[in-house]
Amino acid sequence: MTDLNHLTIAGALDGLEKREFTSFELTMACLAQMEKHRDLNAFITETKERALAMAMASDVRRVSGQPLGSMEGVPLAIKDLFCTEGVLTTAGSHILDGFHPTYESTVSANLWKAGAVMLGKVNMDEFAMGSSNGTSYHGPVTNPWRRKGDNTRLVPGGSSGGSATAVSARMALAATGTDTGGSIRQPAAFTGIVGLKPTYGRCSRWGIVAFASSLDQAGPMCRSVEDTAIMLGAMAGYDPKDSTSVDVSLPDFRKAVEGGVKGLKVGVPKEYRLDGLSPEIAKLWEQGVAWLKEQGAEIKEITLPHTKYALPVYYIIAPAEASSNLARYDGVRFGLRVPGESLDDMYELTRAAGFGKEVKRRVMIGTYVLSAGYYDAYYLRAQRIRALILKDFTDAFKDVDVVLTPSTPSAAFGLEEKFDDPVAMYLNDVFTVTVNLAGLPGISVPAGLDGRGLPLGLQLIGRAFDEETVLRAGRAIERAANFTAKPEGF
Amino acid sequence: MSLDQKQVKHIATLARIRVEDAELPGLVNELNGIMTWIEQLNEVDVTGVEPMAGVQSRDLPRRRDVINDGGDPEKVLKNAPDATHGFFVVPKVVE
Repeated sequence: MTDLNHLTIAGALDGLEKREFTSFELTMACLAQMEKHRDLNAFITETKERALAMAMASDVRRVSGQPLGSMEGVPLAIKDLFCTEGVLTTAGSHILDGFHPTYESTVSANLWKAGAVMLGKVNMDEFAMGSSNGTSYHGPVTNPWRRKGDNTRLVPGGSSGGSATAVSARMALAATGTDTGGSIRQPAAFTGIVGLKPTYGRCSRWGIVAFASSLDQAGPMCRSVEDTAIMLGAMAGYDPKDSTSVDVSLPDFRKAVEGGVKGLKVGVPKEYRLDGLSPEIAKLWEQGVAWLKEQGAEIKEITLPHTKYALPVYYIIAPAEASSNLARYDGVRFGLRVPGESLDDMYELTRAAGFGKEVKRRVMIGTYVLSAGYYDAYYLRAQRIRALILKDFTDAFKDVDVVLTPSTPSAAFGLEEKFDDPVAMYLNDVFTVTVNLAGLPGISVPAGLDGRGLPLGLQLIGRAFDEETVLRAGRAIERAANFTAKPEGF
Repeated sequence: MSLDQKQVKHIATLARIRVEDAELPGLVNELNGIMTWIEQLNEVDVTGVEPMAGVQSRDLPRRRDVINDGGDPEKVLKNAPDATHGFFVVPKVVE
């Protein structure tokens, strides 16, 4: 029998149901793997006691015939952006030192209601601002994957880097992530797992530390498309406490997965064929097209003319929203306080000490583009171009049902690479960021290895609230790619 | 246009982030690098396009104007770096 921590959610649910093992044993296997690979720095806080108590409670529910949830007994890692009652929540920042929320985020509460078990809180880029997990106050996370014959430590991507490493290194069966510009899909691609950003409004944002409120969305990171569907079903749902969560009925996502792609119209956007796109990525993309065609899909070239403006638009809108959201970190109500002579002095010193470099940069960019005299030229202009980006998709979805693109422009890079130039780091999200601006669902599915043995992902983008089509097209890629590679030693 | 040290210092003050003079030149360079890259947005014709604040065009939902939460000052103050008599404590504001 395989080690329990290697199971998928579907496999674990099956084994638990057949009483082949208990949630306690499954949770112990995950905790042992976490302990063994602490050097990867995936977890900020391990909640061993709580995990075991939750697992035992789940086992009791099962043996005593109580109603069981859809994730009953499944151990998960929770991104440290989700507020968890009584458990340290840092958002990867120094400024939230010692913050123990007195409430539970809706998404994590939904998962506990579904019977899931919390293993701990996972590392992330500070306030979810980054594409490498390199901006975390709690140190970088290491990707369990290495280049063939090369021991260089690679990044797991970001911002949900701890989530990605925890799932890829078999510490957790799955993890929650959040995605503002690609923060679920890019790390999923870098670590050979599946990551789904749901439609904006599908999952409640209540209790998730806010970065850019019009873009942030929570989603599942798992080791199969089916698992992603199961977990999305448990996370999602209308929440009156988030005024942007949408009151629509929840489909049975798991049922959609095996729907096949026969007759499905798949769009391939020509603007994503960037100048200088790596030949390996281009080849994988063509392979993806061929796989879907073989399974009966109809391929169409489409145009998304404003694609090249999406990243600069994002780097106005996201910092603008962040500069307001992060105004609350002032040393008064929670977290770090650095004493000062006056109130303003205390604010300035606290924020100078508490925020890292990237966060300061973005708060300052946001402050600038919202300031008097620049608001129209930058912020309003960006919002108008955002409308054009959405219109590109709306037009394209008149002709196609789903869009296929690469997930990232490259495979995982070294911990020491790309840190000097912020703009070079931003380009990681070139294929994912449009989806956040348009509020659409997108999934990254592992589709192959590059020449150096590192995983690469393909992305599928769907219409708003059509995660079902995204999942079944994702499953078609997964089926054809038959991605069974694992990081060496895991 | 590009930002100078005086402007960046002003932005830092607006953002309530203390920036030491020694940090300024590096910060000016970084912010200018980002803003120069952003300038490409000026190529786009946005005539007649309404700005979009979020993907939901519908009005935000309303609820009855009733008290449905609160009355728990201990929870509210639990994470405060300094609190006393049911209040947050800050440095003296009025002389």
